[in-house]
Amino acid sequence: MPIAILMPALSPTMTEGKIARWLKQEGEAVNAGDIIAEIETDKAVMELEATDEGTLAKIAVPEGSEGVPVNAVIAILAEDGEDVAEVAQIDPATLAPAGVSAASAAAASDGGEAARPAGQPQAATPPSPTASTPSPAAATTSPPPATLAASPAAARPAAGGAAGRIFASPLARRLAREHGLDLALISGSGPRGRIVKADVEAALAAGVGRTAAPAATGMAAGMSDAEVLALYPQGSYEVQPIDSMRKAIAGRLTLSKQTVPHFYLTVDCLIDRLLEVRKAINAEAPQGEDGKPLWRLSVNDFVIKAWALALKKVPEANTTWTNGGMLQHHQVDVSVAVAIEGGLITPIIRAADALPLHDISATMKDLASRARARRLKPEEYQGGTTSISNLGMFGIRQFAAVINPPQATILAVGEGRQRVVAEDGQPVVRTVMTVTLSADHRAVDGAVAAQALTAFRRYIEEPALMLMEG
Amino acid sequence: MRATMVCHALTGENGKGEPRSMTDKQTFDLIVIGAGPGGYVAAIRAAQLGMKTAIVEAKHLGGICLNWGCIPTKALLRSAEVLHLARHAKDFGLKIDEAGIDFPAIIKRSRRVSARLSKGVEHLMKKNNITIINGWGRLLGKGRVGVEADGKAVAELQAKHIIIATGARPRALPGLEPDGKLVWSYFDALNPDRLPRSLLVIGSGAIGIEFASFYHAMGAEVTVVEIAERIMPAEDAEVSDFARKVMAKQGIKFMLGAKVEELKKGQETVTAIIDDGKEKHEITVERVLAATGVVANVENIGLEEAGVRIKDGVIAINEWMQTSASGVYAIGDVAGAPMLAHKASHEAVICVEKIAGVKGVHPMNRAHIPACTYCHPQVASVGLTEQQAKDKGLKVKVGRFPLIANGKAIALGDTDGFVKTIFDAKTGELLGAHMVGPEVTEMIQGYVVGMTLETTEAELMHTIFPHPTISESMHESVLAAFGHPLHI
Repeated sequence: MPIAILMPALSPTMTEGKIARWLKQEGEAVNAGDIIAEIETDKAVMELEATDEGTLAKIAVPEGSEGVPVNAVIAILAEDGEDVAEVAQIDPATLAPAGVSAASAAAASDGGEAARPAGQPQAATPPSPTASTPSPAAATTSPPPATLAASPAAARPAAGGAAGRIFASPLARRLAREHGLDLALISGSGPRGRIVKADVEAALAAGVGRTAAPAATGMAAGMSDAEVLALYPQGSYEVQPIDSMRKAIAGRLTLSKQTVPHFYLTVDCLIDRLLEVRKAINAEAPQGEDGKPLWRLSVNDFVIKAWALALKKVPEANTTWTNGGMLQHHQVDVSVAVAIEGGLITPIIRAADALPLHDISATMKDLASRARARRLKPEEYQGGTTSISNLGMFGIRQFAAVINPPQATILAVGEGRQRVVAEDGQPVVRTVMTVTLSADHRAVDGAVAAQALTAFRRYIEEPALMLMEG
Repeated sequence: MRATMVCHALTGENGKGEPRSMTDKQTFDLIVIGAGPGGYVAAIRAAQLGMKTAIVEAKHLGGICLNWGCIPTKALLRSAEVLHLARHAKDFGLKIDEAGIDFPAIIKRSRRVSARLSKGVEHLMKKNNITIINGWGRLLGKGRVGVEADGKAVAELQAKHIIIATGARPRALPGLEPDGKLVWSYFDALNPDRLPRSLLVIGSGAIGIEFASFYHAMGAEVTVVEIAERIMPAEDAEVSDFARKVMAKQGIKFMLGAKVEELKKGQETVTAIIDDGKEKHEITVERVLAATGVVANVENIGLEEAGVRIKDGVIAINEWMQTSASGVYAIGDVAGAPMLAHKASHEAVICVEKIAGVKGVHPMNRAHIPACTYCHPQVASVGLTEQQAKDKGLKVKVGRFPLIANGKAIALGDTDGFVKTIFDAKTGELLGAHMVGPEVTEMIQGYVVGMTLETTEAELMHTIFPHPTISESMHESVLAAFGHPLHI
């Protein structure tokens, strides 16, 4: 029986992807484990690995195609003994799982919900943001069409859900879809946390869980594209296409600003002592064969460590809001914003509170370089309990960052620069770094956030204290 | 029998159970007063959860449901069903020369069935190490319960939690009070001295209709008087009308919108004066069954002393069955409508699990309580009627499928009936299902499961119903609601 290869859901939030490259051509033999294509998602380029063997009879979606919905048929594999030419004649749409149209059909129009039922009976477990995530390359699938057709009510992976699947009643699903609510943002009150009608109604009443899909396409809600275009003379601009990463950034941050009650706290930190310590440590770095030091701690490495320790000290601030209860995280996983071409991504330093500075530095370097190459695995950038965004290298003195949901905090770090400050009634010159904490007021109150930020300043100003905490 | 009005644990009379020699105080985690389908289930669940549990019962373990309600009536109606089949043997190509009735034997069988189940409850109590205390339980306040038997105090119990499950009893309307001889309550109808030649049934709720169906099948001339404009007024109007037509064709007489004004009792007969709004009728019958509803047993159980609030004749409770008095709970008929055994049992489990702190306990969704009436044809329903849905301002899609188009019903020779489904036109939510016909009481739970899982039409359409079954009509009804039934 011909095997349909579907657009995999490589991350919990993925609704569509781009076929970056086909590595196998029509007529080529495919063995299980072969990399057959590269898929570009909102965050990364990932390899699509075959789970079955046969001959690639037909490529249904050509290289470079964007906006291919999850679970759309992207290629058809002929099994051994099958007539490849005959299989190539099959209309891919006939192999598509119920509810998912062929690749060419528009998908995101209904909020993306229908486009991602992730009905992948034979597929690897859908990726979850935790460390148990399977390799994205294993997430391809090839169930026989009959099996697929019989799984209409399959769920899609949940953001943050440990099981990787959102449990919701059929009615709740339909109501959420009709009202453009993201089930991942609604907590369930039914048996075993299942989302039921009442939860969706409560979310509607409270105005939470709205998917950012409409905002991601039209910039400001209420203004249509046509209205925006009418404001600017034709020819006075160029239209830059919105790629999947841009869409994801727009969607998530709009959602954040619209649903998360932000507040901001700012402190100045004196970092002269930190700079001395950093210099001393870096001087100890062994030299490699090329004569360059093998490692070099950055100020940002200290910031990551100090912020992680601050949250360890004030665990009430290391939380995530859900309607069913606040998750107070056991470890501090710090997402660090890395600017990459066309956008940004936030790779995670896991358990940064327990990680030696030297390891933080090495991990950060590795993640940043792979982020720029768009080679991060989903579990390397999904999850995280807090974020750090550092624009100091651009000479920014101070700014306030948008919270990265479902996290409750983000620390915006400015440039360390010499300023005249008053000390004991005298003007003195000190190196000052201004940081601003954005916090989700639902989960973190002002006093708690202030405690966390104060702890951070203590560690930054007295780096030796960090030794006490490991 | 739909337990509306029937499944309760205690009756108005005091218990005659054998008194225990207990003058000492006993302490339990939970005391349940009343051993009907609410009380005994509460006791079992509590024992399962490790609570030291006592159950106080004034009369019979199993309550009205097992002894004087649901179960014995089902036994009687089974006899009626077998008789009906025997008399129609010819239709099935069989020869049965004479199908006769041994009325005392029918009654005896019904009592035997009840006795067996009551024994079963006793066994369950023992198996779960639940202390049974025979006698009349009364709240004494502060977690204490006094038990009396034969007018003497036999025990004083203490517990942190007390569940009241004292049930309900027949309502006695002025002038229509049962006398145990000519004017019956359901107690008498279940255990009559002889088969009357004619019976007047006052009230066409589940109890009235089931007895009407039974006594008619036994050969009595049956007249049903209903004050509302249709029988089984709680059911969907189409169901009421259909069931009435079928039963009228069988020979049961109905007087709708009619009121019994007076009962003139003779030696062996009663003459009823009935006003149907236009004229007055005089009907003389051998027996009258007063089936005009039930009232909760809230008297003489110390509610006032314990500070338990009563509202509209029943104990006021919240979604966890807590009353206004801390540590006192009420379940089943005594806590209000619908007065159904399965509702009592379900409340029992939720109440006890909440007390025990079981994680993930959910309140009961009252919109999902099914109801069954075992007349011929049977009636079963869950959720909103079409009228109720419209009264709520909902736009509905309604599907109907007649059993006359169902293969299995034709093979059974029993095609009187239909399946009606009501969906929210906007969301596809199944709002209600109403069925008349053979075995529908066994089928309704298919829809109940669906509603509990919050189904939409899509899942029901995608459900494969086995062929040949009457339940295929349930599928067809859903398809019909969305305009594409297959077999009509």
